[in-house]
Amino acid sequence: MFGFKEYVCVMQLHKSVDERRLLEVIKEFIGKIYQKPPVRSSVKRALRIRTIYYIDVLEVNHPYVLMRIGCEHGTYMRKLCYDIGLVLGVGAHMRELRRTRTGPFNEDKNLVTLHQLSEALYAYRELGDESMLRKVIMPIEYAISHLKKVVIRDTAVEAIAHGANLMMPGILRFHDSIRKGDLVAILTLKGELVALGKALVSSKEMAELSKGMAIKTDRVVIPKGLYPRAWKRKGEGK
Amino acid sequence: MSTEEGLKFIEELDRFGEINYRWVVKDEEETDPKYGYLPTKRPLNYYIKYGIINLDKPPGPTSHEVVAWIKKMLNLRKAGHGGTLEP
Repeated sequence: MFGFKEYVCVMQLHKSVDERRLLEVIKEFIGKIYQKPPVRSSVKRALRIRTIYYIDVLEVNHPYVLMRIGCEHGTYMRKLCYDIGLVLGVGAHMRELRRTRTGPFNEDKNLVTLHQLSEALYAYRELGDESMLRKVIMPIEYAISHLKKVVIRDTAVEAIAHGANLMMPGILRFHDSIRKGDLVAILTLKGELVALGKALVSSKEMAELSKGMAIKTDRVVIPKGLYPRAWKRKGEGK
Repeated sequence: MSTEEGLKFIEELDRFGEINYRWVVKDEEETDPKYGYLPTKRPLNYYIKYGIINLDKPPGPTSHEVVAWIKKMLNLRKAGHGGTLEP
């Protein structure tokens, strides 16, 4: 879900290098790279391919190199620095790291400290003021803000809350760029996140078809019972 | 709670997510204010339970510890984090 990451890191070179060669080698790591997860990792240590979208060298102050790197989630910055050092021939390691973006959340997006959270809680518990808490905490919908979205009728909500797939008649509106297989967020008309799913058809088909399954429901978020059931239970008469 | 408010909130989500896909409107309907909530207007306990914090984690404690603290602070049974930096 949070497929995109950005980091700012300090790489330390073990010997001096010509700056032009340094920039040339760094450029080689932009695009698809091979990586094997380090020993201290929670994933299976198989060789895998990851994508580096960009590396901006912000400052070179030997032996330190300050870089901003945009990459696919699951890309290890420590290994990247080590491998850059290998290719350069002098060796290098990651000295410092800060993640500056996860999916839609970067440092400009309502970044708060534990201290601010604690103050907001105090304002609520002691003074009855909810407003700070509501600023520090965002509705979960912001976590899917970067995804393609489909808005559904009220009558379709509870079925999905029970794990049903989304059928065409339930759809009211959707982004025009959905392709078959895309991860999509299913929302109510109020903007509530109902579930995450996988598109079984494209936007074009969604627009044209009036029957059939549109989205396979993968992960239900909305609680059951918030919206009324719109289907008959077994044994219910006409 | 109007349908218009809901659609405006969804527009705001697109802006926050920095996407500019266009919308295809297949059908229009009004949402019943009796059920559900505009996310920003959820009653506080529900707002917190279905909430997310963009936290600038201090370098000392682990993400795991910080999540545990936040669970205690907010009285939550479940909470998670978006991934750790390497050790």
